[in-house]
Amino acid sequence: MALTSDLQNTATQVRRDILRMVHQNASGHPGGSLGCADLMTALYFEVLDHDSKNFTMEGKNQDLFFLSNGHISPVWYSVLARSGYFPVSELKTFRSINSRLQGHPCVEKKLPGIRIASGSLGQGLSVACGAALAKKMNGDNKLVYCLTGDGELQEGQIWEAAMFAAHLKIDNVIAIVDYNRKQIDGPTDKVMSLGDLHAKWRSFGWEVHDMNGNDMQSVIDVLTTVKKNTFKQKPNVILMKTEMGFGVDFMMGTHKWHGSAPDDNQLANALGQLKETIGDY
Amino acid sequence: MKKYTYTEKKDTRSGFGDGLMIAAKANENVVALTADLTGSVKMEAFEKEYPNRFFQVGIAEANMIGVAAGLAVGGKIPFASTFANFATGRVYDQIRQAVAYSNKNVKICASHAGLTLGEDGATHQIMEDIGLMKMLPNMTVINPCDYNQTKAATVAIAQYEGPVYLRFGRPKVPNFTSDDQKFEIGKALMLNEGKDVTVLATGHLVWKAVEAAEILEAKGISVELINIHTIKPIDKDAILNSVRKTRAVVTAEEHMMNGGLGDSVAQLLAINCPTPLEMVAVDDKFGESGTPEELLVKYHIDTQDIVSACEKVITRK
Repeated sequence: MALTSDLQNTATQVRRDILRMVHQNASGHPGGSLGCADLMTALYFEVLDHDSKNFTMEGKNQDLFFLSNGHISPVWYSVLARSGYFPVSELKTFRSINSRLQGHPCVEKKLPGIRIASGSLGQGLSVACGAALAKKMNGDNKLVYCLTGDGELQEGQIWEAAMFAAHLKIDNVIAIVDYNRKQIDGPTDKVMSLGDLHAKWRSFGWEVHDMNGNDMQSVIDVLTTVKKNTFKQKPNVILMKTEMGFGVDFMMGTHKWHGSAPDDNQLANALGQLKETIGDY
Repeated sequence: MKKYTYTEKKDTRSGFGDGLMIAAKANENVVALTADLTGSVKMEAFEKEYPNRFFQVGIAEANMIGVAAGLAVGGKIPFASTFANFATGRVYDQIRQAVAYSNKNVKICASHAGLTLGEDGATHQIMEDIGLMKMLPNMTVINPCDYNQTKAATVAIAQYEGPVYLRFGRPKVPNFTSDDQKFEIGKALMLNEGKDVTVLATGHLVWKAVEAAEILEAKGISVELINIHTIKPIDKDAILNSVRKTRAVVTAEEHMMNGGLGDSVAQLLAINCPTPLEMVAVDDKFGESGTPEELLVKYHIDTQDIVSACEKVITRK
């Protein structure tokens, strides 16, 4: 088991990767990526039972991860590369012509670690449910994780999937909501209120858990607890409170960095707050 | 003119249901999904025989497509079926991202396509579906003509790796192709060799084209009749070889002119072999309630319309 401090160091490096990736082409989505860096680091370096060196589409007898909010691709690409799916040096191709690291994740470019395209929101949980059902049919007792944004919950398909998972007792799926209360146009409460998310998920038949997504110990503890709560006839969802832009002071407390890249000075400022740990790509 | 006969009329959706049973027996990875239309899309037998491989998703088509894509990730061969309108237009983005762009082995099986759904009216009579689906890279589009051919196509697509749109319908139509046919995706079928005009027909309009060819023969016009059951990939060689001989073409389909078979043929001919072309298809109109027979007449996609189009196109040579 990795030390929490080691995971924190990795997450710091992942945050540097995110900032440098979106800066180099002046495009991408740093805000949500930074907010989810702790979760994604915990998943790929501690929690998931996976084989980064021998990626297969089916991932038989491995845990699967689906990113429904595909715009936070920088954080996913960073943890995939740093956990061994592809060379870390490839991160520098993000959003460039002929790259496997498309603006939003896809299968077509055959980047190891990716099993479905995402970017058009609201679809990932349905896919995760299908993959979880296939695991059950195949006698594979590993888990399927799916991360969604919170603004993404405004898409109706999410609730179709939520109803479906509870009805079929898909208890090997774990949904995680990036509950940062922000989306492109502003706070979710202003754009379209999500209401009482705990009550909503509960009423759809899910076990609901809370997590502080920017506290590595909380992330590990909650994921450990929720894993123990799988295969109990109900799907599980984690409402993960995060801060958009976490780790960079001027990117926090605002929705403005949802989809904007830092300029040269802003990058230098941000990297100054996140010291190199494992080594930049 | 080669003589075509039939002993009974059957619905193509039943061909799908029976073909699905054959595919399911042959391969345990075949699974089925529907959105509250088990009976309408003829999945009752599958549900009864393979309850653990059958997924009722409720009235939630978007989720159905996503779940199907996820099942395909896990090595399953999902056949997701509902009415053509809900199987395409309603879930276009889900199909685009999770199935076509992600190149998943999902079979989208669309019943009640076109005008011949009849009395339900225009909300359900989609005639844009072929266009929507053929525009998607990676997507194969198949529109068989009768019960036997739909059954054979269903078996064939289970053996093909990749996204497929299979289109069929509700009315009972002449079942005139052979029961033991081999279905080859992308291979047009020559129904009659002729010299004056090529008729390229698809789906329910293939039998109408057979009737039209017989009428034209009696008038001394020799029709080369080809069944284009696969709209994409279209059999370019079969079409161009025929057209170079006859120098006149008519397409016939139960679909909008925009985006349908005629549109694919026009593109092929314009680039490779410019030829007079008439299209028997619906001209930019929504349908309405009525019997299938009444609707085909009113919307000008019936036997007589194919006859008229052939006579007209010959004058344009």
